[in-house]
Amino acid sequence: MSRRTRGIVFGAGALGLAALLLWGFGGLPSFGDFQGRYGELLAKSAVPERHATETVAVTTFDYRGFDTLGEEFILFAAAVGVLVLLRIQRGADEIPAEAGKRRPTAHSPALRSVAIAFAGPALVLGLYVVAHGHLTPGGGFQGGVILMTAFLLVYLAGAHLREGGIRPIVAMEVAEATGAAGFTLIGVGGMLLAGAFLENFIGLGTVGSLLSGGDIPLLNVTVGVEVMGALLVVLGELLDQRMLTRGGDS
Amino acid sequence: MELAPLTVAVPLLAAGGLTAASSRVSRATAEVVALAAVLALAALCAIILARTASGTEVYWFGGWEPRADIAIGVSFAVDAIGAGLATLVSGLMIAALVLMWRYRDTDAPHFQVLMLIFVAGMVGFCLSGDLFNMFVFFELMSVAGFALAGYKVEEQEAVEGSLNFAITNTIGSFMLLTGIALVYGRTGALNLAQIGESLAAGHVDGLVIVAFALLAAGFLVKAAVVPFHFWLADAYAVAPTPVCLLFAGAMSELGVYGIGRVWFDCFAGTLALHDDSLRLVLIVAGSLTALLGATMAFAQDHLKRLLAFATIAYVGIFLIGLGLLTSAGVAGAALYVVADGCGKAALFAAVAIVQHRRLHVSERRLRGEGRELPYTAAIFALGALSFASLPPFGSFFAKSVIEDELIKQGYGAVLAVLILTSALTCGAVLRLIGRVFLGWGPVSDREPSRDEEAAPEEEISSARTPAIMFVPALALALASLVIGVIPGTVEAVQAAALHFTDGSSYARVVLDGAAPAAVATPPPYSAPPHAYLYAAITFGTAVGLAGLALFGRRLAPRGSDPLRRLGHAAIGSLHGVHSGHVGDYVAWLVAGVAALGGAFALALS
Amino acid sequence: MSFLPYAVAAWLLLVGLYGVVTSRHLVHLIVCVTVVQASTYVLLLAIGYRSGAAAPIFADIPRSTPVVDPIVATMTLTDVVVEATVAALLLALAVQAHRRFGTLDPDELGAMRG
Repeated sequence: MSRRTRGIVFGAGALGLAALLLWGFGGLPSFGDFQGRYGELLAKSAVPERHATETVAVTTFDYRGFDTLGEEFILFAAAVGVLVLLRIQRGADEIPAEAGKRRPTAHSPALRSVAIAFAGPALVLGLYVVAHGHLTPGGGFQGGVILMTAFLLVYLAGAHLREGGIRPIVAMEVAEATGAAGFTLIGVGGMLLAGAFLENFIGLGTVGSLLSGGDIPLLNVTVGVEVMGALLVVLGELLDQRMLTRGGDS
Repeated sequence: MELAPLTVAVPLLAAGGLTAASSRVSRATAEVVALAAVLALAALCAIILARTASGTEVYWFGGWEPRADIAIGVSFAVDAIGAGLATLVSGLMIAALVLMWRYRDTDAPHFQVLMLIFVAGMVGFCLSGDLFNMFVFFELMSVAGFALAGYKVEEQEAVEGSLNFAITNTIGSFMLLTGIALVYGRTGALNLAQIGESLAAGHVDGLVIVAFALLAAGFLVKAAVVPFHFWLADAYAVAPTPVCLLFAGAMSELGVYGIGRVWFDCFAGTLALHDDSLRLVLIVAGSLTALLGATMAFAQDHLKRLLAFATIAYVGIFLIGLGLLTSAGVAGAALYVVADGCGKAALFAAVAIVQHRRLHVSERRLRGEGRELPYTAAIFALGALSFASLPPFGSFFAKSVIEDELIKQGYGAVLAVLILTSALTCGAVLRLIGRVFLGWGPVSDREPSRDEEAAPEEEISSARTPAIMFVPALALALASLVIGVIPGTVEAVQAAALHFTDGSSYARVVLDGAAPAAVATPPPYSAPPHAYLYAAITFGTAVGLAGLALFGRRLAPRGSDPLRRLGHAAIGSLHGVHSGHVGDYVAWLVAGVAALGGAFALALS
Repeated sequence: MSFLPYAVAAWLLLVGLYGVVTSRHLVHLIVCVTVVQASTYVLLLAIGYRSGAAAPIFADIPRSTPVVDPIVATMTLTDVVVEATVAALLLALAVQAHRRFGTLDPDELGAMRG
């Protein structure tokens, strides 16, 4: 279709869709006036029943934990998908000589020193956010992203991640798989030890302490590891591509 | 019912385990582990199917049972139709994995990992009883599907096909999510049964109608109903053939299932007064899809695109069956999904064999090259007969159930659509058999253009078909035949449909833990005589169409030239609309959502 | 004021779709898909908002304080993760498109006709 025809089809559709959306949204409760009993019930039960003060984390990992399992695996599938989609074909793509040697990426001392300076604190912050997910805002997903940033800063500083012959991408794959499988295993543990899949089987602890909330901190850790691993896999693949396209073909 | 979470946990654990060991596990180990996981999954689904034959059963995750009539946890609410679909999905996955055994350059174990996640997503979607949970599994299935479709990433077509697939389906998911947000805004609930009760207690206004329209649009994109269907042929043409097997046999049908589940459990209570108008809208949409799909299938040279458009055509028929909004219509559609799913999967498996032996998938280029593949030809023949809905194939009974219900609801004219669709798709396959395996038909006057070819999925053609490729093809073809022959299948599906359409009993089972309402066992089903007549007409037309395509040029009278040119122009413009440009697809998607919403607004207010 | 957030969500949806349909660059197209995603976040969070209520974190507020709906926050969190990963996948495909086709213009990716 020519651009004009496409524009006309879309324009007509968009007008109709806009009308539909405004008509539909008009039936929503006015902003600030939501009366849903489900959320209220969970907000009231979070502290007395689960001994955790962060209601969103309790909802994500306890009441609706099964959704989070699916969500985790979506991230996992996307990371594996990126691996698959960006894989190097034998002989089909040129791997420039420099890529194999992993030259440092940063030539500016300022960038290097700032990045290295922040990598440590970022790691600590990430671990803090993961560990306190059931008490204050944060949790596995958010903490995992911060942990990923810590490693990214190391990369930006130009330091080499390859130690002991293990390719970093493989290590990250193991990390994400462990996180994802770990979540599922905790669920199965719930089935075996407590009766239902993802039912809590650890003691609830006292409200406000680090080890409260039952298995929520544990699930936060698995999610944090998984998110960090998956995002590093994705970033690693995309950054590898940058090195390939720059050095090799046009 | 305690086994229900294992249906999702087992494939996902296998996927995680394979990835954790990915650098050290060999291709053979990965294949064995994946196959073992899916076999276990199929066994679990079969057990659950047997358990839910007498009604819906519920499993609450985390042990969170409903409290004060509010569902606080996520549930699996499984009935026979959901469990049946899950079993079909796992069975097809077994066939796909076995078929894949022979492909040399699968990137193990990542391919198996993606397949395992794909099947987990589909099974979770079938069994779920919570709207947002359905969305999560829908996305899980989609993401794995995008990666699998683009798997042969070294080819241009795969990248483009996968992009079209991913972008259109993602936008479809946003429609779905917007619908879910609207439903939540009105009812404050995410559990299907609770939504149903809450909506039934309220009034019908713009929000309810628009929410249903958006939910339906999201599912219809996945199901590839016109005008949301453009992505499907592109995705099927480029995905590895065993993956197409799953797409065709399972993924598209889940879109239709989604609409049915959401209608009967959430919206039927409140919108049931407008049944007739909604029926009209859905049947019209289904008919358009069926006719467009069938016509485009007949006009294709690329074998996989031909089957892709045939899939679209049959989704149209499933939508007609579901759109009747009665238990008989649902029964017909469900039976058809199973029988046709196996039949189409068998055809894709046969195409894989042809690719393995001859590398090409262009019908014209393959002309006569199938002469040494008599058994493969037999599988194509079985598939064609299944398309024609001849007795004793399962599709015959499914179609006669739908036909009877159409007549009963006053839509007798739609019978012509059913007959024409089957005739065109069967005719396309018969023409394919004639050209490829018997060498009939005119010698091609032009080389197929690049987009009618597919790059070979293997490097060199083989001299023999390995048995391991042949077994799944034959098993699937026989399954589509046997479904109709086993006594009691039709009645079991009819009973399952009765449970599926009973939203209020579903709500009582889920929210109160009540036992499912008993349904009267349907009487033994025998197809009425006119069904045999229609089947004969269908097959006759199919043979005629195939003959016309193969020999028409020799026999055509002089004066039919302008007619032929008109036909070519029409087909050409249809081809032109399917441009491959993602902007076009999304434009049609938006227009389609607007049209669907408008139709619902007129029908339901 | 009470309808404004919903109108914003609807606007984001439509503008994002406009961007997708008229885009001449795949990365721009994918970012427009992200804009459409954002519309669902705005819609969800706007639905669950309660005026004068606090965030649903009881670490330092009394348990009886009215709080906003935690379910929409959970849904949005799930949403964000899902849609970020889809964007990652799409971008990987865009990278491959650039390598195979040499261009990122959707008008020029002409392989899938018919």
